[in-house]
Amino acid sequence: MDIPHGKLTWLYTTMYRIRIFEETMLEQTFKGKSMGVTHSSEGQEAGPTGVCAHLTDNDWISSTHRGHGHCIAKGLDAKRMMAEIFGKATGQCKGKGGSMHIADFSKGMLGANAIVGAGVPLAVGAALTAKYKGSDSVGVAFFGDGANGQGVLHESMNLASVWKLPVVFACENNHYAEATPVSYAVAVGDIVDRAQSYSMPGFAVDGMDVFQVYEAAGEAIARARRGEGPSLLELKTYRYRGHFHADEPHKYRTQAEEASWRARDAIRSFEKKVTEQDLMSREELARIRNDIDQEMLDAVEFAENSPMPDLDELYSDVYVSYSNPVHGLR
Amino acid sequence: MTTIEAHAATSHQPLGPGFDVPGKETTYRETFNRTLRDELNRDPDVFIMGEDISGGFDEQGNPLDAWGGPFAATKGLVQDFGMERIRDTPISEAGFLGAAVGAALTGTRPVVDLMYFDFVAVAFDQLLSNAAKSRYMFGGQTKVPITMFARSGGGTGHAAQHSSNFYSIIAHIPGLKVVVPSDAYTVRGLLAAAIRDDDPVMVCNHKKLINTRGFVPDESYTVDIGKGRLLREGSDVTIVGMSWTSLVCKNAAEQLAQEGIDAEVVDLLSVSPLDEEVFLDSVAKTNRIVIVDEDTPRASMASEVAAVVSDKAFDYLDAPVKRITGPHTPMPYNRDLEAAFIPDEAAVVNAAKALLAV
Repeated sequence: MDIPHGKLTWLYTTMYRIRIFEETMLEQTFKGKSMGVTHSSEGQEAGPTGVCAHLTDNDWISSTHRGHGHCIAKGLDAKRMMAEIFGKATGQCKGKGGSMHIADFSKGMLGANAIVGAGVPLAVGAALTAKYKGSDSVGVAFFGDGANGQGVLHESMNLASVWKLPVVFACENNHYAEATPVSYAVAVGDIVDRAQSYSMPGFAVDGMDVFQVYEAAGEAIARARRGEGPSLLELKTYRYRGHFHADEPHKYRTQAEEASWRARDAIRSFEKKVTEQDLMSREELARIRNDIDQEMLDAVEFAENSPMPDLDELYSDVYVSYSNPVHGLR
Repeated sequence: MTTIEAHAATSHQPLGPGFDVPGKETTYRETFNRTLRDELNRDPDVFIMGEDISGGFDEQGNPLDAWGGPFAATKGLVQDFGMERIRDTPISEAGFLGAAVGAALTGTRPVVDLMYFDFVAVAFDQLLSNAAKSRYMFGGQTKVPITMFARSGGGTGHAAQHSSNFYSIIAHIPGLKVVVPSDAYTVRGLLAAAIRDDDPVMVCNHKKLINTRGFVPDESYTVDIGKGRLLREGSDVTIVGMSWTSLVCKNAAEQLAQEGIDAEVVDLLSVSPLDEEVFLDSVAKTNRIVIVDEDTPRASMASEVAAVVSDKAFDYLDAPVKRITGPHTPMPYNRDLEAAFIPDEAAVVNAAKALLAV
């Protein structure tokens, strides 16, 4: 394996950070600390991690309603993410966006997007900016299997292909769109097969194996940077939790199915591989985990102790579409 | 501030032919094209996308400019600015409007031709959920400097799916701005202002205005978004128009003048933000108001203006607020039916006289 040690550390740190953020976030949601719905991506950590390992702050990603993993992999601060979910003024969007709209433009994160498929053309547009300005930035659109029924995904793939834009379409196929299985809702067995309809290469990847994701994404992103156009990645994965925090997935999925995916857990598999091959030590891994466990405690404390936004924030960041009462007329 | 900007800023004053600056009479169409050219020259981040905005390619992939855009809005631009800046799109309104939003979020200023106003609906999710809301829901981290334009309105036989005027639907959405120019002078100033604005702006070009002629100053200028103007000063009744109906109102006022009725004509120019002062000040003077809108009546801009007047100028009213709109039907094809749909001068004259009980 020719992944530098620093990158290995980053992969593990990022996957574990996503895992513990999601666990902490869900725990806090059940305590009533979130002001709205939250969607855990626990189980899917390898996808965003393996893809974003190749990106810098000058590259752009678009995301989904299940966006915490994308945010963390793109380098967002767990404190400000947690504060956003708590609805606080110190949140990434001043408490005005919530879990489904976390964004950080300084990190190239174009925002979690609560309309299925709607974020995809934004990454295409970011790639258009890159091409227009002659930079070597790329756009990555993360979307789920559910977005495969949305017209805008297909329009975006066609546009990116005819304009040869530096964009990667990263489909996290977690096999369920809300409660609906992919086998019911998507007309092809393998989503990656759709790549040929848009004359772009497709990479079918075990989305529970961060090394596979890292390798395939590296090829797709390098191809985009070389100006050779878009690619489609299909990352076959699984969300361990329900669609949203209060969803009970065992009403539509079997325990046995879930257990079979958990047996291939991305973080456990990583630990096994790197220790067996003497790439990282158990102590090193434990140290990373301890640091992140503490980081999440700090994030909760930060969110908890942060102030609520001023009520004036209701009216900021948008023009107000009516004038103040006209003097003398009421 | 230039002379022209001063005129635009003091928008309660009549604007148009006759003010003392160098200029010439030209068409709305030519002015629109020239404004795009000016803005492309002014700012390298500005580019245009849309279906057939150049139109057609030869075997080597070079643009033919066979169309130059619907209604020739972009004719000749591709030769001077190239295919990267005059970007022909496949027929994918949701895809390319979404891509334009993504481009705007990442540092460019796209101008998007949506062809017919009805096609806004094909791309509506990108408009509502991404263009309009990104600045607010991301806590002000970003701006969305995108300009959209499309052809609205009836009177040209384009029938039910190519003749809509539902700018009220877009005006309903916080975060979007909507302008309704009514002549060559205002389309130049409003289009330039839209392209320079950091919020998404929809520019509605009524098809019947596109070949109209009017005075346009030589020097570049902007007209403030969110400011209406008076097309005629008067004291007996206020008549409010927008887009094509501003011309209808102006003509109706001239007919009323021949009958000794002195109408004041308000041209809204923007429907979001809405200039309340321009019609509230007017109704405070005339005590009567007729609002003329080619859109269908329910939840229309006519309804909105009527509501604002009832709310903020009730004590000034000497007669009920009168709305003249299209009927609550799709646009019919047949010429006589279509003409019956669109508010005309006679309807405005009759309504004004009824309010004055003459």
